[in-house]
Amino acid sequence: MLSFEDVGLRYGTGSEILTDLSFTVEPRSFQFLTGPSGAGKTTLLKLVLMSLEPTRGRITLFGRDAATLQKDEVTDIRRRIGVVFQDFRLLDHLSLYENVALPLRVIGRDEGSYRAEVLELLRWVGLETRITALPSVLSGGEKQRAAIARALIVRPELLLADEPTGNLDPTLARRLLRLFVELHKSGTSVVIATHDLALMDQYEAARRLVLADGRLHVFE
Amino acid sequence: MIRALLARRTTVETKDEATAVPLDEALARETPLVPTTSIAGRSLVIVIAIMTFLAALAAGAALLVADASVDWRSEVAREASVQIRPVAGRDVESDVVRATAILVAAEGVRDVKIYTRAESEALLAPWLGQGLDFAELPAPRMIVLKLVEGKRPDLAQLRRELAEQLPNAALDDHRLWVERLGQMAGAAVVVASLIFVLIVVAAGLTVAFATRAAMVGNREIIEVLHLVGAADRYIARQFQRRFVALGLRGGLIGGGCAMAFFLLSGYLADQWRATPGGDQIEAMFGSLSLGPRGFAVIAAISAAAGLLTGFMSQEIVFRQLRRLQ
Repeated sequence: MLSFEDVGLRYGTGSEILTDLSFTVEPRSFQFLTGPSGAGKTTLLKLVLMSLEPTRGRITLFGRDAATLQKDEVTDIRRRIGVVFQDFRLLDHLSLYENVALPLRVIGRDEGSYRAEVLELLRWVGLETRITALPSVLSGGEKQRAAIARALIVRPELLLADEPTGNLDPTLARRLLRLFVELHKSGTSVVIATHDLALMDQYEAARRLVLADGRLHVFE
Repeated sequence: MIRALLARRTTVETKDEATAVPLDEALARETPLVPTTSIAGRSLVIVIAIMTFLAALAAGAALLVADASVDWRSEVAREASVQIRPVAGRDVESDVVRATAILVAAEGVRDVKIYTRAESEALLAPWLGQGLDFAELPAPRMIVLKLVEGKRPDLAQLRRELAEQLPNAALDDHRLWVERLGQMAGAAVVVASLIFVLIVVAAGLTVAFATRAAMVGNREIIEVLHLVGAADRYIARQFQRRFVALGLRGGLIGGGCAMAFFLLSGYLADQWRATPGGDQIEAMFGSLSLGPRGFAVIAAISAAAGLLTGFMSQEIVFRQLRRLQ
């Protein structure tokens, strides 16, 4: 599904911030991507999302070499990936409902065709009373849950979550982890970037990809 | 519950009437993805309104001059004139009578008007001044022919006949005037067209700047749209919708003002008719009334302003996004 082969990344003429990254993410797998703050977890996720191009090495997504993809193919692949951003990236002028429905809207689906599933998901993440609220009036936790709902609404084949429980209380964090595990069991590959050890301890079966000093260590 | 949601992953995505929630206007309303406040909308509407107004004025002026020139040329082309010069040894009066007889007999001549001596002298008065004794001057006599429209006489043949019998007669078919008027009107139309093109180019550049500014202001939104799977064309359409609305608003305002201007100028020209200034304006621009064709052109320019704005913004956004690859 996803593989990195000797991938390196540097900005400008500086030294490499990610070096010799080689790993794979298999279908129906679950892994935590961890490491200290500033280790490059978010940068690695950006490489997966093709927001950044590696300086060297090869990234393969769904069997395709990312370097050879045309723009339309990049779009098609992104539609198979759900992303939860650390800073949520909700659109401030859209209601919560519209933010969650955004991935369905941009592929041209009619509002009536997805209303039920968006409302169901919002109910599940506990935001059913906030559907018409704008992000500016939501708490950090509510924004995070909305961002997670937006990533899940397309039922992605690969879910990338960048510190998805960072603003949540432990109870809700556990609940969301259960959701990610259920997603994994239903066939989605999950990559959760976190430095929350307590969260990782709740799901021992997951692989751990540890980033340190620009290098990746895989613990099966 | 979530299992049921996840289980639908592989089902065909169709609207399920059984689970459809009652229509809620708040949910059904689709907020524009490009925020309306993120574009300097009012300024752009004003600029497009001004550009549309100027473009409509240029087009209207070109139409007025073109129409007036057709009138001038057909008016002039329907006439010809014969001058009988007084020469020694010939009786001008009898030459006028003989020339008239030749002209009346020619096919395609509808009417012949002989200018009397007094009338001929009156024609010279603007150049020579009042109070002169024209009896001392060898003033030519003038005969004006009205030609049958669409069946002009063979003027070359007529010229030969006159020359054979009256060596002091000269036939002028006004071709020189017609050509000069045509060139002058053509030049005026070319200048107006050039101004029109420059205005359209300036409007296009304004929209290009505004679009690029809007893209910079909405960079975050564009990035999010990309990452949730929006295609470049889809994102470009979001900008297009916003800019079409602004362009149409500006176009309608500018086109409406231009129509009002031409209606008012037509009305004022009517009021001033028969005054010296009004006559001059009418001679140059005709009745200053555009007519249905002119107003249709202005309406088309107004609509084109909106469509051009939308098209340009979409293409610019699309190209910029392509470049981001």
